[in-house]
Amino acid sequence: MLLIPCPWCGDRDETEFGYGGQAHVPYPEAPETLTDAEWAEYLFVRDNPEGPFTEQWVHTAGCRRWFTLVRDTTCNDILAVHRTGTTNPVHP
Amino acid sequence: MSHELPEHPDWLWRNPDPKPSYDVVVVGAGGHGLATAYYLAKNHGITNVAVLERGWLAGGNMARNTTIIRSNYLWDESAALYEHALKLWEVLPEELEYDFLFSQRGVLNLAHTLQDVREGVRRVHANRLGGVDAEWLSTEDVKKFCPIVNTSSDARYPVLGATLQPRAGIAKHDHVAWALARKADAYGVDLIQGCEVTGFLRDGDRVVGVETTRGRINAGKVALAAAGHTSTLAARVGLRLPIQSHPLQALVSELLEPVHPCVVMSNHVHVYVSQAHKGELVMGAGIDAYPSYTRRGSVQIIEAQMAAALELFPLFGRAHVIRTWGGVVDVSPDASPVVGLTPVENLLVNCGWGTGGFKATPAAGWVYAHTIATGQPHPLNAPFGLERFTTGALIDEHGAAAVAH
Ligand SMILES: Cc1cc2nc3c(=O)[nH]c(=O)nc-3n(C[C@H](O)[C@H](O)[C@H](O)COP(=O)(O)OP(=O)(O)OC[C@H]3O[C@@H](n4cnc5c(N)ncnc54)[C@H](O)[C@@H]3O)c2cc1C
Ligand SMILES: [Zn+2]
Repeated sequence: MLLIPCPWCGDRDETEFGYGGQAHVPYPEAPETLTDAEWAEYLFVRDNPEGPFTEQWVHTAGCRRWFTLVRDTTCNDILAVHRTGTTNPVHP
Repeated sequence: MSHELPEHPDWLWRNPDPKPSYDVVVVGAGGHGLATAYYLAKNHGITNVAVLERGWLAGGNMARNTTIIRSNYLWDESAALYEHALKLWEVLPEELEYDFLFSQRGVLNLAHTLQDVREGVRRVHANRLGGVDAEWLSTEDVKKFCPIVNTSSDARYPVLGATLQPRAGIAKHDHVAWALARKADAYGVDLIQGCEVTGFLRDGDRVVGVETTRGRINAGKVALAAAGHTSTLAARVGLRLPIQSHPLQALVSELLEPVHPCVVMSNHVHVYVSQAHKGELVMGAGIDAYPSYTRRGSVQIIEAQMAAALELFPLFGRAHVIRTWGGVVDVSPDASPVVGLTPVENLLVNCGWGTGGFKATPAAGWVYAHTIATGQPHPLNAPFGLERFTTGALIDEHGAAAVAH
């Protein structure tokens, strides 16, 4: 089980969290101007790296706030944690 | 289950060094890569083929799956593809001259809610219309077919009925791989282990070969069959795929007397159970939520799956977990595979089989070989191309069918 550092509550078991997929995938500014291929990319295609991956989690059974982790998908080591909307890493 | 495990000969294939050039290079010697090589040779006469494997032959998901074989999917496109596989499974032991313990003991998909019942009955009708054997069993019939299932009305997950596919079952996965490998090798296919593909040779937009840890190899066509590692490979030619790689775990008990006559799956409580020929109970559940290449998942998944198994089979209360393990499965947005051509000339993909590609092994090989050999998808994999994510013609097996495995 992952031990996840919530930027507000500190280290908690993974079972307290919900997973939210890749971070920083903005909704297209003008969706009606996208080609089908661009729309498909937005809807269906995400990064799937072997290595650092920036992803969203929510502390469902805790403070219920969203945040961003950088996790190495080859070993699950958590490399950084950010409060959503900020770029400075937090070390709670 | 009374079956003895067949003896297999010492050497089933050569271990050749890579040649400088092949007509087709298949990347990945799991079940799908091996079946592809076999049918390239058998159906299309293409034998100047190498299957490159970074580890050892069939050490990926092929070695890690829970071996459930069935074709009772809801949508016509899926049912046709998986039924083609099931028909091939029925002839392959003889054709490959190898007893891989294919056992058509029947698969039950339990219904625990009114919605489960409606979906199950709908799927039975859809399957019958599509020529797939399917029956709806009442609670009493479930009890008769699989006496160890807890069908009492005060169970936490009452059994309101089940779908049964009598021709579905299990097989011994390692032996399947070895059987395909031996025949492919006999046709002249080079099976090359310890050979990781690290990049692609390009001529303009075309792929003309691969870079490997054992040198460059030229290829007329390069066909990926790398399961969870497909996006990593595709990224090396700038191709982004709608695939996420997740851990999927399974576990076995110690060897027990034969108690479980069939395969039982429950989507609602998310567990499935069979008993292998040797006697261990084999159980699996769903993927971990996060993507990972670690080949291990989180323990709460196993915990939940054991809790569900005990509710369904109180008898298992005294059994022990002997081993758990994980694989890296390639999950697509509509839980259906991607098999076909890519925007990169001479590069083909077979991926997205996620949690359920073992059962499809022979059909995946059949249609992929056809696509490689002819440059056109086979009618059975035409709906499963990458284009569907742009056209919107998804084959959404997620909510609609007995989808897990
Ligand atoms: C726990 C678990 C339970 C499952 N249960 C079932 C089930 O009951 N029924 C079912 O139908 N399916 C099941 N599946 C899914 C099934 O195992 C897969 O869909 C199927 O095995 C995928 O095809 P494959 O056999 O070719 O994959 P793999 O055996 O994973 O083959 C891919 C190969 O590619 C190799 N490779 C990767 N990258 C490279 C590279 N760069 N160079 C060279 N080689 C490379 C890998 O080493 C690997 O050997 C399960 C999977 C898991 C993990
Ligand atoms: Zn918190």
